[in-house]
Amino acid sequence: MRFGVITFLSSNCDHDCYWALKKVISQEVKFVWHKEEKTDGFNCLILLGGFSWGDYLRTGAIAKFSPVIKGVEKFAQKGRLILGICNGFQILQEIGLLPGVMLQNESLCFICEYVYLKVENEKTPFTSRYQKGEVLKIPIAYTVGNFFVERPTLQKLKEGNRAVLRYCDKEGRITRVSNPNGAMDNIAAVINDSGNVLGMMPHPERCVEPLLGSTDGRKIFESIISGVADEER
Amino acid sequence: MFKAKIHITLKPGVFDPQGKAIFSALQNLDHEMARGARAGKYFESELATENRRCAKGEVEKICQDLLANPVIKEYSYRISEVIG
Repeated sequence: MRFGVITFLSSNCDHDCYWALKKVISQEVKFVWHKEEKTDGFNCLILLGGFSWGDYLRTGAIAKFSPVIKGVEKFAQKGRLILGICNGFQILQEIGLLPGVMLQNESLCFICEYVYLKVENEKTPFTSRYQKGEVLKIPIAYTVGNFFVERPTLQKLKEGNRAVLRYCDKEGRITRVSNPNGAMDNIAAVINDSGNVLGMMPHPERCVEPLLGSTDGRKIFESIISGVADEER
Repeated sequence: MFKAKIHITLKPGVFDPQGKAIFSALQNLDHEMARGARAGKYFESELATENRRCAKGEVEKICQDLLANPVIKEYSYRISEVIG
């Protein structure tokens, strides 16, 4: 199993993710610099959190023109797995691999805290190790994470059960109060139509060992690993 | 040479938390006439062409390729000739 972790200018979660995968989960990982066009030889690509190009213009708007994006698009077309976390999710939206766009948080504030998330769809390569309805504790850290799509697209997401994770309270109730930022329908993670590209605003790489306060993010990576292993068998 | 002055704004109906905060500040400051506020972005770009139609085409492309995300944003612009 080989993960490729893509580093853009001003990515700042690449080393966290590298640590999580290499040291905690003992997988093969390689950094991919955004100037590289080739993305061969990986089983999964991860676009990480940070502020690519300082979030100038719009989050992800300039990262979209990096050479590596061509490789990312090809990788997606082949049906290979791509995970976008936080800024990585925003970049995947900008290039059109995932629907919608992130607005500023309703509060206009940067929010950095643990939130609760409900697993709405466990039948994806990214969530297969969770139970349906399971409540996860995973941190968020963003100012621009307020998920927005046009109504017809929202309808499609609902019909396809593609809102994979939604903000909820400790008991798994999806309420207005448990929504940290005004995200439409409490949506925190979305998968593409073909089921191989997932974007999530919370940071699973920040909660993979007890020292960090939660290990609930670990199964995102373990789901990917077990799915790829099954495929190779 | 032409100069384009471009405004990027949120489409009507898209929630604008910044505009909302600005509007509530206006209310707090007793600007009673103000009925709302929306926030947007302003760009200027100089275009090396002598042809107005070419300049317009280029600005359209700039807006669509980079400046405005069509899911939530719309754009408007003015083009004026720069002498000298």
